Amino acid sequence: MIKVNGKEIDIKEISLEEYLTDSKYDLKRVAVELNGEIVPKSIYNQVILKDGDHIEVVSFVGGG
Amino acid sequence: MNNTNIEDKLILGGHEFTSRFILGSGKYSMNLIKAAVRDVGAQIVTLALRRANTKEHENILDYIPDNVTLLPNTSGARNADEAVRIARLARELGCGDFVKIEIMRDSKYLLPDNNETIKATDILAKEGFVVMPYMYPDLYAARALENAGAACIMPLAAPIGSNKGLATKEFIQILIDETELPVIVDAGIGRPSQACEVMEMGAAAVMANTALATAGDIPLMAMAFRDAIIAGRKAYLAGLGRVISRGGESSDPLTGFLRD
Repeated sequence: MIKVNGKEIDIKEISLEEYLTDSKYDLKRVAVELNGEIVPKSIYNQVILKDGDHIEVVSFVGGG
Repeated sequence: MNNTNIEDKLILGGHEFTSRFILGSGKYSMNLIKAAVRDVGAQIVTLALRRANTKEHENILDYIPDNVTLLPNTSGARNADEAVRIARLARELGCGDFVKIEIMRDSKYLLPDNNETIKATDILAKEGFVVMPYMYPDLYAARALENAGAACIMPLAAPIGSNKGLATKEFIQILIDETELPVIVDAGIGRPSQACEVMEMGAAAVMANTALATAGDIPLMAMAFRDAIIAGRKAYLAGLGRVISRGGESSDPLTGFLRD
């Protein structure tokens, strides 16, 4: 199980890039934190998600 | 003094702007954001950062021209650490180094926590951010923010989203008079006349969001704010005429009357 934006998700071990792409995130428009650390875009394909990982995927929205 | 031909620029962290209207993008549709940005010639637009949607939702960045400086806020942060975290994530999105620090623990009035804001400003300025802190208009806090490396200060006029106008007018004037930083009045401005008034007082810029988002015609109200801000700025540069407390004074010649 990994936790993505507060929700538990059951996935096999795949790369962060695969996970984001499969989940239909727009890679150009998101930033990702893995276990509290920002992951640079350039290494999304090298990061393999593991059981117990906690990721946050964020993007810009309208705001003041 | 004739200022009409002088380049009048707002400088934030070494970046120059000619527009003094910082446009908020919350609580209205993407198409209206696009129209407002275009119609007012906005050069700085605020954004918030939130958990991303997985579905193919429209993205606000598709509605804002590339030459506009994005100013992400740290809304949702309750302390300095959370604001720093949000700021770093916002920078990772690749849209520049600007950040508007917004830290609040009070959920009724949404008042900013100046102490935590100073701490966050200190950390983020050292990391190279152009830090624009939203703050309660307190002179000591303003000086501390200046020392911490803020690019400006953003005192509130009234509680966020209230449209109540210049409830803190006297204190904003103190900040304008006593700090070297640009004072950008943020939050609570409800009408163009109020935006004009703070600009006449010497504010460097005005930020507005709810005043537009809750107006009947958003792009039209955005243009009204644009014009009011320009008018107020010109009046400030021109130097306001004096007020006499008693009696009147004719502006006509006091000789050559058709009498006697």
